[in-house]
Amino acid sequence: MAKFKYHVLVCGGTGCRASQSETIAANIKRAVAENNLANEVQVIKTGCFGFCEKGPVVKMVPDNTFYVQVTPGDADELVLEHLVKGRKVKRLLYVDPETHTAVSDSKHMDFYKKQLRIALRNCGFIDPENIEEYIARDGYSALGTVLEQYSPEKAIEVVKASGLRGRGGGGFPTGLKWELTRKSKAEQKFVVCNADEGDPGAFMDRSILEGDPHSVLEAMAICGYCIGADKGLIYIRAEYPLAIKRLKIAIEQARKYGFLGNDIFGSGFNFDVTIRYGAGAFVCGEETALIHSMEGKRGEPTVKPPFPAQCGYQGKPTNVNNVETFANIPVIFLKGADWFSNIGTPKSPGTKVFALAGKVNNVGLIEVPMGTTLREVIFDIGGGIKSGKKFKAVQTGGPSGGCLTEKHLDLPIDYETLVANGSMMGSGGMIVMDEDDCMVSVAKFYLDFTVEESCGKCSPCRIGNKRLHELLDKITLGQGEEADLSRLRNLATVIKDTALCGLGQTSPNPVLSTLDNFPEEYEAHVKEGKCPAGQCRALMQYVIDPNLCVGCTLCSRVCPVDAISGSKKTPHFINSMVCIKCGACMEKCKFGAISVQ
Amino acid sequence: MAKVKIPVNKVQELRVICKKFNNDPGELINVLHEAQNLLGYLPAEVQEIVAEELNVSVAHVYGVVTFYSFFSMLPKGKHPISICMGTACYVRGAEKVLEEFKRRLDIKVGETTPDGKFSLSCLRCVGACGLAPVITIGERVYGRVSPEDVKKILDEY
Repeated sequence: MAKFKYHVLVCGGTGCRASQSETIAANIKRAVAENNLANEVQVIKTGCFGFCEKGPVVKMVPDNTFYVQVTPGDADELVLEHLVKGRKVKRLLYVDPETHTAVSDSKHMDFYKKQLRIALRNCGFIDPENIEEYIARDGYSALGTVLEQYSPEKAIEVVKASGLRGRGGGGFPTGLKWELTRKSKAEQKFVVCNADEGDPGAFMDRSILEGDPHSVLEAMAICGYCIGADKGLIYIRAEYPLAIKRLKIAIEQARKYGFLGNDIFGSGFNFDVTIRYGAGAFVCGEETALIHSMEGKRGEPTVKPPFPAQCGYQGKPTNVNNVETFANIPVIFLKGADWFSNIGTPKSPGTKVFALAGKVNNVGLIEVPMGTTLREVIFDIGGGIKSGKKFKAVQTGGPSGGCLTEKHLDLPIDYETLVANGSMMGSGGMIVMDEDDCMVSVAKFYLDFTVEESCGKCSPCRIGNKRLHELLDKITLGQGEEADLSRLRNLATVIKDTALCGLGQTSPNPVLSTLDNFPEEYEAHVKEGKCPAGQCRALMQYVIDPNLCVGCTLCSRVCPVDAISGSKKTPHFINSMVCIKCGACMEKCKFGAISVQ
Repeated sequence: MAKVKIPVNKVQELRVICKKFNNDPGELINVLHEAQNLLGYLPAEVQEIVAEELNVSVAHVYGVVTFYSFFSMLPKGKHPISICMGTACYVRGAEKVLEEFKRRLDIKVGETTPDGKFSLSCLRCVGACGLAPVITIGERVYGRVSPEDVKKILDEY
């Protein structure tokens, strides 16, 4: 293998690829060759660095210079200045928004300071399409150790002792799940990796699969050994073409190196992995629905028990874990259960990956120890709210979760605390909202999603959620009455108590949590016919302040329905009967004369 | 039986796809993915052929096709436009972008323009939340799209 003096790491995650990171990598490669550095500099396309807000990201190793918002046109300068002349390209460095100074090493950035990367340990460090880079970071040595030195029972004890809990949302102890599947007697068992990341606004699992697919394969093999299965299946969303491509490459390479296949490490243990595709159904994240989908059927859930651990895929005992859960497994064996259980909180050990998105300055993928507060995540790592607006709510747990507010900001993040406060961990989506977001509309948005994604098997979910949505729709249209609020609460509670599966039981959470935390906002809609956030169109009225209007006519020209009248240099007027409330006039007005009432 | 409209060679290819998966009913979803790649959509006659090959009822195939949002029984436009309606894009103004596409193309979500050039659909999160709001046209991803950008984007095609 050639020895390189420099490695140029270019982010190849979906977000950065959408901003031409592939062209950047190609241009850097070309510039490296043109400067006769091809023997000294290696250009690597890695998985996601996490700092998606500032993408595309390029990192120089060994000096760890972190360049942000790079464009294909910057490639020549980066190579000539940084690699040839040894000078940093200052204009592409990250500028700390508070001190206004350039920070060159990512470990000094606020975004990374409070993070601890376990599941994401290799994302952004290695080339996910090259198994040797994974091996160089101790890849597959956990599998080797387990096969040579541990009995399956002893290995399960390690997972149990680590305290690892399912990262897909439920938080079920992983070791216990493995033990239950091991105890089920059958000729054939299966290991399933749930990569059907359906929460809108969540991209943790996708980033792990794109950035470090081998860690998941290694963990699945360890799981197979523990429970006595020789077949693994990965159920992945068809919407993730890049993750699928990298998984396929990883499986091929692992087979070639003998980490998958027959007689792994000469231990006599056989294990192989195949891929099954989802086809866009949120409910398939539920494990019984997922199993039916893998069998080529409609992804409808069934009543548990029997649990998949007893009767799963093709009626055989099946262990289903989520991508992030698996990504933690190899490290637990390498560093020990004690090391892992000392991170985080006693009841929720380890770390959690979150996809931080919405109205926050630093959108991206982060991993923090359990017990970190929401405030630290949103304000220290996330850099606070965009455009200096006021924080209003943070939504965790996706369509099954709830909205938490200002008063919850100092709560530690762990499974129990979030549930006790009306939300849930979920798979790790975290959407930040500001003062401009109407909480009734947000609840309606989630219900919209649930109504569309409900499989229709049980009536509380199929009909109940539809009715909930209708009530919310009525309120946002300004036709709500006070009694609707208690109707909402009653119906939501009934659905929660009676729906068949996890989707239905949690679908009213966005409604209940917003009702609890923002009662005044609901009341303003039904009592005063007002939307305090100014988002519900039917309740809005655009008006022009005659004192500020100079009569430039810009608004009347941009109005698509000719609702604005007035002659040049005299104050204009909006006819609210004609106005469709599109907001185009307000965006165009340079004098701030138009407001919403 | 629906009238056969797809070319004979495509029917042949469809049967090859089914064979590739050993005509296993458990592989139905994988078969449908490849069939949709081949033809762009899954009309009734395709479902009948798949059902015959995999030895399951047409109702079963239809049930699966209509259950999953990824499968479509209607042909898409030459340039399928998808607006991300994930939460991150929603709070950053995806709805306004969608409205603008609807207005400019004069079609509703799920429809195709009369010339067959564009079709419009919504999807839930492509995972590029850092670029919200996001739209995709074919394989290409556009980030930080504002309603004002819509005309410029459409003019590219």
